[in-house]
Amino acid sequence: MSTVDFKRRQIAGRGIPLPGNDIDTDRIIPARFLKEVTFTTMGEHAFEDAKKQNPEHPFNSPAYRGASVLVVGQNFGCGSSREHAPQALMRWGIAAIVGGSFGEIFFGNCVMLGIPCLCASQEDLEWLQREISRSPQSPVSVDVEKQEVRFGNRTIKATIPDGPRNQLVGGTWDSTAVLLEAGAAIETTARKLPYVAGF
Amino acid sequence: MAQTLLDKVWDAHTVRTLPSGQTQLLIGLHLIHEVTTPQAFQMLRDSKLKVRMPERTFGTLDHIIPTTDQARPYADPLAEEMAVHMIRNMKDFSLPLFDMSTGKQGIVHVIGPELGLSQPGMTIACGDSHTSTHGAVGAIAFGIGTTQVRDVLATQCLSMAKPKLRQVRVEGALAKGVYAKDVILAIINQLGVKGGVGYAYEYAGPVIDRMTMEERLTVCNMSIEGAARFGYVNPDTTTIDYLRGRQYAPAGAAFDKAATWWKSVATEPGASFDDVARLDGSAIEPMVTWGINPGMSVGVSQRIPAPESAPEADRSTFREALAHMSFQAGQPIKGAKVDVAFVGSCTNGRLSDLRIAAEVAKKGKVAKTVRALIVPGSQQVAKAAEAEGLHEIFQAAGFEWRKAGCSMCLGMNPDQLVGREMSASSSNRNFIGRQGSPTGRTLLMSPAMVAAAAITGAVADVREILK
Repeated sequence: MSTVDFKRRQIAGRGIPLPGNDIDTDRIIPARFLKEVTFTTMGEHAFEDAKKQNPEHPFNSPAYRGASVLVVGQNFGCGSSREHAPQALMRWGIAAIVGGSFGEIFFGNCVMLGIPCLCASQEDLEWLQREISRSPQSPVSVDVEKQEVRFGNRTIKATIPDGPRNQLVGGTWDSTAVLLEAGAAIETTARKLPYVAGF
Repeated sequence: MAQTLLDKVWDAHTVRTLPSGQTQLLIGLHLIHEVTTPQAFQMLRDSKLKVRMPERTFGTLDHIIPTTDQARPYADPLAEEMAVHMIRNMKDFSLPLFDMSTGKQGIVHVIGPELGLSQPGMTIACGDSHTSTHGAVGAIAFGIGTTQVRDVLATQCLSMAKPKLRQVRVEGALAKGVYAKDVILAIINQLGVKGGVGYAYEYAGPVIDRMTMEERLTVCNMSIEGAARFGYVNPDTTTIDYLRGRQYAPAGAAFDKAATWWKSVATEPGASFDDVARLDGSAIEPMVTWGINPGMSVGVSQRIPAPESAPEADRSTFREALAHMSFQAGQPIKGAKVDVAFVGSCTNGRLSDLRIAAEVAKKGKVAKTVRALIVPGSQQVAKAAEAEGLHEIFQAAGFEWRKAGCSMCLGMNPDQLVGREMSASSSNRNFIGRQGSPTGRTLLMSPAMVAAAAITGAVADVREILK
């Protein structure tokens, strides 16, 4: 493909399981790495402290190098609004995330970067994490449009709310241009607000 | 049909429904700081875009600045570079910056309300998750990422989905020695750190009604720690009295008109919610976190719970927390030794927080084994505290009196834990590594409890000290 395709209908790639709930954005990227005026170095520091503290951390494992579908637990990406967290994951190679639930700001930041986050049941997540760890070379297919995730012969349900799904599938997740299309309606809305117009 | 504040404010700021089904929401106040904005300004430059409504964005420096010597250039070249970028970006795009020379610099969530910038009925966005703080004045206020900061700068709008609304009612009355911080820690403990996913919280009930504005700011600040996208308190006479006379609040006849409109955005009697949760405020005691997220807390008289008390899916996190903290299940939290005491942050760095801590500081001296920091949330807080002599009380008791900034809340400036140090902290997050040391440990509690821990050298019950 030579042209940039913004549509995120389906994403396929090898998986990386990351079990555990409530993994916060400080864990994904510690604050000291935020002292940067660009995002370019973020990928090198994804889970840096967690990796040092735990040699078994999946992001340390050569088996998962090159993976692009991250499979997590509940409330992934809770805490700080730092976009540095999804930037770090994206620059490490992650293109889609499947989990139980997501921190709301993290989820929104992922949409802004074109990274779909889909929600699956606890049982299906445990199955998917187990299967990926058994055969890390097998592809995981994330179908954003149909809200399904396929691995081997099995397909599981994985949901994403309509708004973000439409943005991702339609390729309109990079929202500045879409928002600018409102034109003068932005100023019209502002002028109706007493605190803008003057009390 | 009776409407909620969320309904009214959301509708008033809706520009249109986007083809995706999301709302294009106008942002009434945009607050920015040095850490999450340099990339957004670069994106603007790359796309040759201007700031759409420059009169609606205000900036400050807070995360990276030292709280000892604040003279430039900063000793840390990375921090200095971030300050240089912030100052240059604000100048290039003609945006006001509350830097050290203004006397109004401080933590973004302290100065917004303090300057009267944050007002009822507004939508407020900032590249910081604790933007939920500003909901205390009756605004819809939420944190966003850097690419969304670019959208607000370029379009004054965001693409958003309206969350569900849960009313969180705190009934009864608080006992002496129990503060707003204890209330929000109890709420998060009861509803869970995941409980707010998909929701915004409306805080209500007699305990919230009786709170001062500064107490409400503390409660709303930690909404995000319970996974709620934002939290708010309906505007009332407390709100109006708080805003009167503030620099950016309307003045004269305009203030009275504003007050009428502010009251009109409050949730109407009989409005329905997607969910209602209730807490008995009278049953809340001073709270202390023992784990690695803000929901892992107990009352100071209680023991650290066993992993078996948690739902199956959370037990591994529970065990990880005990291991990280070097705590045993069944151990009383009271008496846990601390090495550092920190009063400050956007949660508890306001004048009333410092007054409470000073009251406790009068009762003793900082334990020899503890280093204790008092960090005012803004230059104006510092000035007001000094005018009352609070800094002298703290210094006499062995606390360090610092300059305004985010300080030890988040490990982006020189104020950090070292190694395995245990910190009694009035901040908002006890995540692993949060206070700067990857192996450091954090116990969240109220400023009064932090001061009590500082003079005791261990977690103590402030009610016994204030007796």
